[in-house]
Amino acid sequence: MTTAPEPGGPGPEPSTAPAPVEPEGPTRSESFVHQVLSSSWLLTLGAILLAVILGAILVIVTDPDVQAAAVYFFARPGDLFAAAWDAASSAYVALFQGAVYDWTASDPARAIRPLTETLTIATPLILAGLSVGLAFRSGLFNIGGQGQVILGGIVAAWLGFQFQLPAVLHVLLAVLGAALGGALWAGIAGVLKARTGAHEVIVTIMLNNIAGYLVLWIVTTTLFASGTPGVSKAVHDTARLPALLPAPFRLHWGFVLAIVLAVGVWWLMERSTLGFRLRAVGANARAARTAGISVARMTIVAMAIAGALAGLAGASQVLGTEGMLTASVAGSIGFDAITVALLGRSRPLGTVLAGLLFGALSAGGRLMQTRTGTPLDLVLVLQSFIVLFIAAPPLVRTILRLPDPEKKPSRKRPARGDAPAEQAGAVA
Amino acid sequence: MTATLDAPTPAAATAAAALPAPPPAYRTPIVLAVLAVVTAVMALATPAGATNVRISTNTDLFQIPVFAVPGRATAWLLTVLVLAAAAYAFVLARGRRRIPVWVIVVAGVCALLALLVLISAGKTQVVPVTGLLAGTLFLATPLVFGALSGVVCERVGIVNIAIEGQLLAGAFAAAVVASMAGSAYVGLIAAPLAGVAVGALLAFFSIRYQVNQIIVGVVLNVLVVGLTSFLFSTVLRENPQLNSRTALPTLPIPLLSEIPLVGPVLFRQNLLVYLMYAIVIALQILIFRSRWGLRLRAVGEHPKAADTVGIDVNRTRWRNTLLGGAVAGLGGAFFTVASGLAFGKEMTAGRGFIALAAMILGRWSPTGAVAAAVVFGLSDQLRILMATLAVPVPSQFLLMLPYVVTILAVAGFAGKVRAPAAEGIPYVK
Repeated sequence: MTTAPEPGGPGPEPSTAPAPVEPEGPTRSESFVHQVLSSSWLLTLGAILLAVILGAILVIVTDPDVQAAAVYFFARPGDLFAAAWDAASSAYVALFQGAVYDWTASDPARAIRPLTETLTIATPLILAGLSVGLAFRSGLFNIGGQGQVILGGIVAAWLGFQFQLPAVLHVLLAVLGAALGGALWAGIAGVLKARTGAHEVIVTIMLNNIAGYLVLWIVTTTLFASGTPGVSKAVHDTARLPALLPAPFRLHWGFVLAIVLAVGVWWLMERSTLGFRLRAVGANARAARTAGISVARMTIVAMAIAGALAGLAGASQVLGTEGMLTASVAGSIGFDAITVALLGRSRPLGTVLAGLLFGALSAGGRLMQTRTGTPLDLVLVLQSFIVLFIAAPPLVRTILRLPDPEKKPSRKRPARGDAPAEQAGAVA
Repeated sequence: MTATLDAPTPAAATAAAALPAPPPAYRTPIVLAVLAVVTAVMALATPAGATNVRISTNTDLFQIPVFAVPGRATAWLLTVLVLAAAAYAFVLARGRRRIPVWVIVVAGVCALLALLVLISAGKTQVVPVTGLLAGTLFLATPLVFGALSGVVCERVGIVNIAIEGQLLAGAFAAAVVASMAGSAYVGLIAAPLAGVAVGALLAFFSIRYQVNQIIVGVVLNVLVVGLTSFLFSTVLRENPQLNSRTALPTLPIPLLSEIPLVGPVLFRQNLLVYLMYAIVIALQILIFRSRWGLRLRAVGEHPKAADTVGIDVNRTRWRNTLLGGAVAGLGGAFFTVASGLAFGKEMTAGRGFIALAAMILGRWSPTGAVAAAVVFGLSDQLRILMATLAVPVPSQFLLMLPYVVTILAVAGFAGKVRAPAAEGIPYVK
């Protein structure tokens, strides 16, 4: 794609920036059916399907009823298949009920609650996923989401309980503070990368661990500590992100913020000069430097923006979902965000959808665990299989016998000039 | 400053050679000077009084009585040593000479010892140096195995972020198979096989399908955590006999284990630690002195050249990624059979990433990786000691220490350390 960016003079025309496009050119002349079969959407669906099948196998093999039925398989083979179907389907039905709509619930509010839970859990995943995706496209691998979420959470909580401010102003201040906290934390990795060449993967991993211990310590300090160990004082109501729905639901304005920011990131990356420069550095740092773009500055800027987005994920947890800082504020958001961004191919729309999917899996997994006893860890297995399959399109095509859009017997690595942006973006 | 960002390609290197000599790089000396200042601060803070040191164990043939070391004087001596290391590094940097790893290791160890003196001076408790060092070596074991796995994989051009997953898979397999067989030694056979399985997935996706290696590694870590936790919550919970505690016995080596101080530390360990010695020595020699090692490095540095002289690049990568997986998997046995523990969810707790850092600090060489891993092991051991000495410093800050050191080190040494040139780039003919 952007092998030869415009000289970084006074703003290259956004329209001339060859926006990464889906590889649709070669397929245009072909039949509609072929186009549909080789589309990336179908590929994504195929990857999810394969992951679900593998997950089902795992559930079936480890199910005690199935194991019991397998003992007398030759006497009554039907029992085995019935038990297997029962184990897998009950797990997935519970997963769906916990993620979207629970038709067994006693009242309509409870029936619809799973969907709002999905959106609530998806909120920080989308924000942190945008962070990872933006860094990817700028040529950086931000594994530090975890630490940035924590720092965002710490700052948000401190601003939230320390100050007395009018309602709207307070929440704005806390949210902005969280973004700044995350940006500064990620900025460490950006500055070190730009100034010394220290690899951002190592530095962000180390920063994650440091932040993990920092939050463990900070919730014990007199400034933060509350009566409950491991939990800070609650933030004032003026600093809370207001709820979107009445009481039994936890969904808050953080979700709207995430969607707005997804649009914002899209505009930044696709329509602004800064985004063009970031993408140019991500696509080919040397060419970008030749074109007069400061790679060092773009590295720092990209990490700072990514950190701000991840910090907002922390704010969403502290000011929205939880209302306080806990030692486990980040959960596994930072790591899940990597898989979210990979699944979403580092694009804002894709990230939102991937965040919703992972939020649904996570929300559904909890109900699955309580209803059928299938461990929540199944969700991790599903997530990693989905991303592995997404990352290797030829494998999915081979297994599902889907046609290759390039219609070549062996997929060659695309030449640099016309690299399909989806891979370049995901690989960064 | 942006000059350091240049990817160190062979082309850039030759271009740089034609230009006038680059300005001396003072980054390492500066980091060491900072370390010296920190050590001096620790020496200032050291309370009056002596540290009681014991360097023999109760079972030793030759008993050395407990003796007292003056706290402050020792701390200042250590400060002088760190300062000397920093000064030597300055001199070397000025002459544009390479700063050897041992200078950094000496400075790091002295700083850690100063910390030890700071926390133990004036206390009545005895500091069991032997136990401390033996514990250090033991805690460093999984880091060494993980880092060696990283060395093998990265030298052949495959980034192995999946060390964490390989350790965890090895720990799981070792525990389950050892429980089934009723022998811890059988666990040592199963652990590398589990590591190979993870390595095979890494190779399959990154070589066969050319997926970005960092991505595959990250996802494989999640996959292994998910799979082992799932099996732990289902199969192992229903069949607790599959996850019993089986421990590798300690095997003192006759004669060698009776050497004062060295013996109990190095030669009163279990089989896994002895295997580690063998693998470190073997890899250090083979990577730099054998045909296999030459091919390995050629593939990692310049695959096209290797291909031209008839080396099958992708086959070499496949084999060595599997080998790396086996090494890390074996290291995973540390967490279960070597520690005498049953398997627990996510029990590797990020050690794989520390191993990755140790590999980079060790500059992609086996002995360097060992040195870095030992420093990490020592700081881990100091944390345990500080808990027993009831030091009034929040333990979280000590836990952070290795990570801060790693960041300083990676930032300080990054300019001079170069990863294999073809690392992370799929090879297509």
